[in-house]
Amino acid sequence: MHMADALVVPAVAGTMYVASAAAAGYSIKKVRLEADPKKIPTMGIMGAFVFAAQMINFTIPGTGSSGHLCGGVLLSAILGPYAAFLTMIGVLLIQCLMFADGGLMALGCNIWNMAFYGCFVGGFLIWKQIMKKGVSRKKIITASILACVLTLQLGAFSVTVETLASGITELPFSIFVGMMQPIHLAIGLVEGAITSAVLLFVYEARPELIWTGVKEKTQIKEAKLSLKKTWTILGAAAAVIAGGMSLFASSHPDGLEWSIEKVTGSTEFAVSGPVHIFMEKIQNLTALFPDYGFRHGDSAAGTSLSGIIGGAAVIALCLLVCYVFRFFRKKEENEQN
Amino acid sequence: MSRINQAIHEIHFMDEAAEKNRWLNRIHPLAKVIVTVVYIALVMSFPKEDLMGLAAMCLYPLVLFITGEVSAGRAFRQLKMILFLVAVIGIANPILDREVLFWIGSVPVTGGMLSMLTLVIKSVFAVFATYLLIVSTSIENICYALRKLHMPKILSTLILLIYRYIVLMLKETERLTQAYSLRVPDQKGIHYKAWGTLAGQMLLRSMDRAELVYESMTLRGFQGEFYLKGAGKSVWKSVIYASLWCIILFCIRIFPIFEMVGRILT
Repeated sequence: MHMADALVVPAVAGTMYVASAAAAGYSIKKVRLEADPKKIPTMGIMGAFVFAAQMINFTIPGTGSSGHLCGGVLLSAILGPYAAFLTMIGVLLIQCLMFADGGLMALGCNIWNMAFYGCFVGGFLIWKQIMKKGVSRKKIITASILACVLTLQLGAFSVTVETLASGITELPFSIFVGMMQPIHLAIGLVEGAITSAVLLFVYEARPELIWTGVKEKTQIKEAKLSLKKTWTILGAAAAVIAGGMSLFASSHPDGLEWSIEKVTGSTEFAVSGPVHIFMEKIQNLTALFPDYGFRHGDSAAGTSLSGIIGGAAVIALCLLVCYVFRFFRKKEENEQN
Repeated sequence: MSRINQAIHEIHFMDEAAEKNRWLNRIHPLAKVIVTVVYIALVMSFPKEDLMGLAAMCLYPLVLFITGEVSAGRAFRQLKMILFLVAVIGIANPILDREVLFWIGSVPVTGGMLSMLTLVIKSVFAVFATYLLIVSTSIENICYALRKLHMPKILSTLILLIYRYIVLMLKETERLTQAYSLRVPDQKGIHYKAWGTLAGQMLLRSMDRAELVYESMTLRGFQGEFYLKGAGKSVWKSVIYASLWCIILFCIRIFPIFEMVGRILT
């Protein structure tokens, strides 16, 4: 589900960075409040564990294929959602830098799609709610599967919205969603089963390691706020999805443009008068991202031909300069040695 | 080579590459991070049909691969995962958008073909830019740059800790899965009956290790933060490097450089 840079435009990437940064800022505050000196090393090691454990192939019975752990839910069940969220950010950043798994600019999207839903929705809304009256084997299985399925569904939906909002694919929304959701339902079920198996083992061997949110429950204020918090998380998720949807919608004629088109036959008014012409010239000069289409040319083929010739010339010149630079650099280094 | 061994090999390679004494490695990490982010953002901002404008962005990776003496072969290998995802999402474009934009001889070029090609090129450029950053800058230096950009200490410390223990955990996973496969040689992957015990054991050991790591770090004076050494002595060179690249990249984004040179030549 790691999104590549090419699948999002800067506006969507920036929005998701802001949303993820806000969640990260709040998590940092909460982890600091815990004031547990062991927390950071534990988070570091657990991050490395999730990274390594995701490389293990767990065979799915009767299919011949394999599945992996769900990092966000597993970490939330051990470290708690705030620490888990920060750990997942570290894992996603390293995956992006070292293995090109997800893009650097799309990191905000990936944090939101995988870490936010996995840790906050999976950890707070499902895991904590199910475990608040005590932990049992059945509850671990139910919570793990439910959390993995729901968070993967939300993540897959967000990928769809972010890609469509960026205008990357021509696929209609319904087909794209119809493709993404069922695939991730199957993945969620498998990941949930694997995660529950691991958590069941931990519960049997070291039950004190399982996070239930009980610590917060003892603090009356925290417990009273818990429902509010969950609604805040849902609200934030809804706001970001709605923001993404509105961006997607804005790539199509909006209500005003539609009305103008019905009246005039075009989505824009014809320019008339010296002031209009002057202002349009200024707009054309300053517009960094003009409407789609080829710039500065009426004939696309003609433009392409001159572009290819120009491109070949620029690249050739560039290569020449680079090799000259390298030659003198090496000469200089040899002289120094 | 197994997937885990390949990952270990990849990390070692990146570490060694980042430690090399190349001019690109000596540039301040903050300058490289800024240029990389600017480059990727500008690549992403190109309209889906502006192939020629986007093609001009090849100059940045081209120049750095040659002058920085970075092998492009490994960068191409990194593309396989990203290109698969991009192909899955972009494959519908040529089918759904059949509006002919221009002809190359008798071959019609549709909007969908162009947008699909643009998508692939954008992915390649973005991966190359990230690759060039990581082969010339260690994770420690990237964290140092991010700290300069006011990333919270807790996050940079966490990233460094995860990174330091990844190889250790990967090696442990490799030993564990190898021991398992030696016991059941005909089986592919881990049987469902062993899912919990295998990964669960690993998790418990990790928790115990975290305790030991914390104790040893405390004994060495750890107080919740790694102190990163300053990187890139030639500050002025780095400032010039970042400014020049930003100017060049913005020029490429605003002006159709290839077409302009082509018009002069034809």
